Amino acid sequence: MAASRAREPARLAVDIGGTFTDIALEIGARRITTKTLTTSRAPEEGVLAGIDRVLAEAAIAPEEVGIIIHGTTLATNALIERKGARTALIVTEGFRDSVEMAYENRFEQYDVNVDRPRPLVPRSLRLPVRERLSAGGEALIPLDEQSVRDLVPVLRENGVESVAIGLIHAYANPAHEQRVAAILGEAFPDLPISLSSEVCPEIREYERQSTTCANAYVQPLIGRYLTRLDARLREQGFACPFFLMTSGGGLTTLDTAVRFPIRLVESGPAGGAILASRIAAEMGLDEVLSYDMGGTTAKICLIDGMEPLKSRTFEVDRVYRFKRGSGLPVRIPVIEMVEIGAGGGSIAQVDAMKRIAVGPESAGSEPGPACYGRGGERPTVTDADVVMGRIDPERFADGAVTLDMAAAGRAVTVNIGEPLSLDTALAAFGVCEIVDENMANAARVHAIEWGRDVARRTMIAFGGAAPLHATRLAEKLGLDTVIVPTGAGVGSAIGFLQAPIAYEVVRSRYMRLGSFDAALANEALDAMRAEADAVVRLGAPGEELLETRQAFMRYAGQGHEISVALPVREIVRDDAQVLKQAFEEAYTALYGRIIPHLDIEILSWTLTLQTRVPEPRRVEASRPGGSLAEARKTRRIFDPGLGREVDAGLYWRPDLGPGARVAGPALIAEPQTTTVVSAAFDAYVNEIGYLVLRRRPSSTGAAQS
Amino acid sequence: MTAQPSSSASSALGRIHMQIMWNRLLSVVEEQAQTLIRTAFSTSVREAGDLSAGVFDMRGRMLAQAVTGTPGHVNAMAASVGFFLDKFPAATMQEGDVYVTNDPWLGTGHLHDFTVVTPTFQDGRPVALFAATSHVVDVGGRGFGPDGRQVYEEGIYIPIMKLAAAGEMNQSVLDIVRANVREPVQVEGDLYSLAACNETGSRRLLAMMREFDLADLDAIGDYVVENSREAMLTEIRKLPFGTYRNAMRIDGYEKEVDLVCALTISESGIDVDFAGTSPVSLYGINVPLTYTDAYASFGVRCMIGGQIPNNWGSLDPVRVTAPKGSILNAPHPCAVAARHVIGQMLPDVVLGCLEQALEGGVPAEGTSSLWNPMLMGGHGVVDADYGDATPFAMNIFHTGGTGARIGKDGLSATAFPSGVRNTPVEINETISPLVFWRKEYRTDSGGAGRYRGGTGQIMEIEHLEGAPFAISAMFDRCRYPARGRQGGGNGALGAVRTRDGLTLRPKGRQTVPAGDRLILEMPGGGGTGDPRMRPVAEVAEDVRNGIVSVEAALRDYGVVVEAGGANARRP
Repeated sequence: MAASRAREPARLAVDIGGTFTDIALEIGARRITTKTLTTSRAPEEGVLAGIDRVLAEAAIAPEEVGIIIHGTTLATNALIERKGARTALIVTEGFRDSVEMAYENRFEQYDVNVDRPRPLVPRSLRLPVRERLSAGGEALIPLDEQSVRDLVPVLRENGVESVAIGLIHAYANPAHEQRVAAILGEAFPDLPISLSSEVCPEIREYERQSTTCANAYVQPLIGRYLTRLDARLREQGFACPFFLMTSGGGLTTLDTAVRFPIRLVESGPAGGAILASRIAAEMGLDEVLSYDMGGTTAKICLIDGMEPLKSRTFEVDRVYRFKRGSGLPVRIPVIEMVEIGAGGGSIAQVDAMKRIAVGPESAGSEPGPACYGRGGERPTVTDADVVMGRIDPERFADGAVTLDMAAAGRAVTVNIGEPLSLDTALAAFGVCEIVDENMANAARVHAIEWGRDVARRTMIAFGGAAPLHATRLAEKLGLDTVIVPTGAGVGSAIGFLQAPIAYEVVRSRYMRLGSFDAALANEALDAMRAEADAVVRLGAPGEELLETRQAFMRYAGQGHEISVALPVREIVRDDAQVLKQAFEEAYTALYGRIIPHLDIEILSWTLTLQTRVPEPRRVEASRPGGSLAEARKTRRIFDPGLGREVDAGLYWRPDLGPGARVAGPALIAEPQTTTVVSAAFDAYVNEIGYLVLRRRPSSTGAAQS
Repeated sequence: MTAQPSSSASSALGRIHMQIMWNRLLSVVEEQAQTLIRTAFSTSVREAGDLSAGVFDMRGRMLAQAVTGTPGHVNAMAASVGFFLDKFPAATMQEGDVYVTNDPWLGTGHLHDFTVVTPTFQDGRPVALFAATSHVVDVGGRGFGPDGRQVYEEGIYIPIMKLAAAGEMNQSVLDIVRANVREPVQVEGDLYSLAACNETGSRRLLAMMREFDLADLDAIGDYVVENSREAMLTEIRKLPFGTYRNAMRIDGYEKEVDLVCALTISESGIDVDFAGTSPVSLYGINVPLTYTDAYASFGVRCMIGGQIPNNWGSLDPVRVTAPKGSILNAPHPCAVAARHVIGQMLPDVVLGCLEQALEGGVPAEGTSSLWNPMLMGGHGVVDADYGDATPFAMNIFHTGGTGARIGKDGLSATAFPSGVRNTPVEINETISPLVFWRKEYRTDSGGAGRYRGGTGQIMEIEHLEGAPFAISAMFDRCRYPARGRQGGGNGALGAVRTRDGLTLRPKGRQTVPAGDRLILEMPGGGGTGDPRMRPVAEVAEDVRNGIVSVEAALRDYGVVVEAGGANARRP
């Protein structure tokens, strides 16, 4: 044990969430995890307390830790709670309002009172300068430097703490933005300044300005926090590299994180998707549906060829039922997933059409579900799970909360059963069916939007509530296999440990394939490579890097681009043909056909450099050789697929060694969750401890084609 | 003895299954719509969601419709499937058939909207119909604008016919369409994508029917329709019964138009009648009844029962009528291409009736009609020599302010009732030779009130190559403003002019001379309540933000304030 410790340095991951800070320490094959409460006012306190705890348990010193990886929702929370810096936005004369006009639409047709999220920068701090670039990046009006200097007293009088610069067409030519920054920098040497041509050099003024404002808005806060945490870690004796987890699933250095803190939003869910991708690689799964369900929301992510789906579109602070369009758009590299208001705490009610409706409103942790016995009276998904017998009341959350079964039953009966004339069991079944149906529908629509199919995928389920609902969701989606990994409760932090050091750069350079300009493409890509290289080298000096490039293309006149992989080499004129073919293949995969005779245009380009992550050891797809495990006891549970109550064996997961088999219907409990094995499934434990649930051959084909 | 409880348990289970299937139907049409959005060419489909998608039972009852960007298709689509069934009864349908039309009177009100209907077959029998509508890029004729005098000038006209028969595309109809439109590849592509999205819907529906072992949609259809109707009637019956009247005067084209409405709330639902409304126009702003029906019932639904999904049952209790020959029930062959200019005004008219019935009030009048001009350059398009300048044609989507809302200010530069999304200036400048010098809120355009109307915006556009360019204008509220309610002021009028002093008409195709700039001043929404009741701090904030001028603060709100919003007070 000690010998292996000496060979393999410890790797430490920290994930700050809204409620809990999760810590995972890996030393070789050994893993130690813990949860501490998030200390919002000084988050480093909770982080350091948790680190102390795992180091003590592992009996190692800070000096023995070889890497620290950190993910945090602090940036997201600052945006949602509007607790960022007093920010000004410098704009091109004539364009003060792009960032507030947004798309000029209402995201909810039938509610006249909907409001878009309040802009981060009020109109009085959106300050014009005289200048104008054309779409080609030429100066139609040269920068009037006096108009910039005139802003100095305005910034001072208003106590501005951070500045965003978002000039029209700055993605095509950063010169004016750079000059504005230089002039303001002379007047305010310590003022943080975010340039849209650096944060998000991408066409579409609203999204670019929105992203740049968000970056500027959180920068002082995140900068101070990270600098503080870094200093404290050094004081404690940590001498290892310190990386930040980004929303795109890659790691970045402290310096880059302080410059572009907006890239840190959604790092937790990204960690979950990385974990699922790693499991896919371990088990050789080409098509995976990752399913993460916690207290408030469920997140579903498609993972093809062991890589999660990625995009550059994300919305922070969706103010209206998680509805698309109700948040602030940020254009950053993100792992693409669909998030819906369906978690253990989601509240169920009967709507005007006498239907059961679940979520997105959540009971949160206070008062929480009725079964917590803290005064919650409205039924939640967790209450329905309790009524259906899926949760062992003595073992919920490692015994931290004693569940009040009667309160759960009462809440379900009064609010759902009585209005619909259903008995309590059927009412609870209805709640679970609706929430499972909502997740299934969201998964299907998400897949359609990305030209994928959910059928034939393997589901990887983690997060406190996912294993309770995974088999039913799989039945609804027509999936035959569900994996429940170990350590699912701190899945994101474990995922951080698998992430590469990576950086993605974007540029908009418009061209049509009909008049393809290889020189312009090379010029842009070379500059992008240099930028990415400088960032990644900071964290991975001397390491071999993997480069990928994408072009964002569409048929001339369309509104949506799709991403197409580019060859990693100098681009030549004949590559127009290569790109056309690649685009047509991608288009066909998405939409089933091409449109002949129409020119194709490229709007933007991305380039990513990343370190190589060692291939995981392949787990044999071993057939269960072990014997059927013996149930500790039997419990009556309602099986949704059969539509009636059945006897289910109750198992304690730590009792089940590799090879152990369990026949459904069954419940497999562990400290932080319970896996429901429906009557249609059997389960076994694979050689590294994952639960593998397989649908019995006789039970397939019940749902989707 | 045991049969009774088990059958009651199974009926309870059956009721839960009904709810699951209803949710599934809504998801199926959402997938259908997403397929259409992702593959469409027309800007208005992609960016503005100007499309619809729905599933119908074999009696022609709409069971679910995707929530998309336009209310303009709501009832229009529900009604149109009935016309398809009249022409092609179920007994004549073959697997692989696809039907199409762009008849404004049988579809959604103008030739640009193509509706495609596809029967879904299970075991050789048609069990459902999927319908989808989208606005195509071009239909030939004069191009998108209000200048037509008869529908014959507005483009190609496809009566209800087969787009595919037993799985074979009808090449003749495709040939004719291609030969008659300016963008044949894109229009043909849109027809294919309409057919494809119906197929997506069909596949999903058949999977659901297999899962729940259904032979037809009768039971689930009855469940959806009856529950929705009951929910809608319950909402309606909470309101005071009676007839409420309202009239609104708008610009029209060659002369002003009066939209006159009587809305009757009764035990059986809501009847909206437009007797007294002005007669048809000589130009292409006339509205077929299906489109009137759509926007008038949206006006009701955005206040009453908005959470109830659109289907035969929820739409049924709201009935809309207009006298034939009025501009809201324009007969063939009236020109109808820009029918949205009038149609999008109808929610304001209906809200004016509902104000009398609803406690807590309704939003004030707003810009309501989109400001979505066609901008064009090229030979024969402008009234001058275009030289070697880059030809282009572009439909941009923008809008003014909405009326002040219930206890809230109006939304500035935001579409209502349409659900338009704008097109970014940077994209517009990339794909055209135009430069947009200005796109900003328009100071003092929101109607004064305790709650202020939404602010309009100003756009200033020039041809970068020094060439002239054309605008096909389809704007309203340039002579008659959006009115305030309950003592609130009117929104500012819109205007179309050039920098060098030319005044352009708000409707019709005109040329912006070479070197000059087009200026669009979009209207503001009306305010609600007495402006002198608006808290001083809110007025000061508007002044600080440049939304209200120092002069207007004093004149309209009685607030003395310095530029920058300091030292505000009400003397």
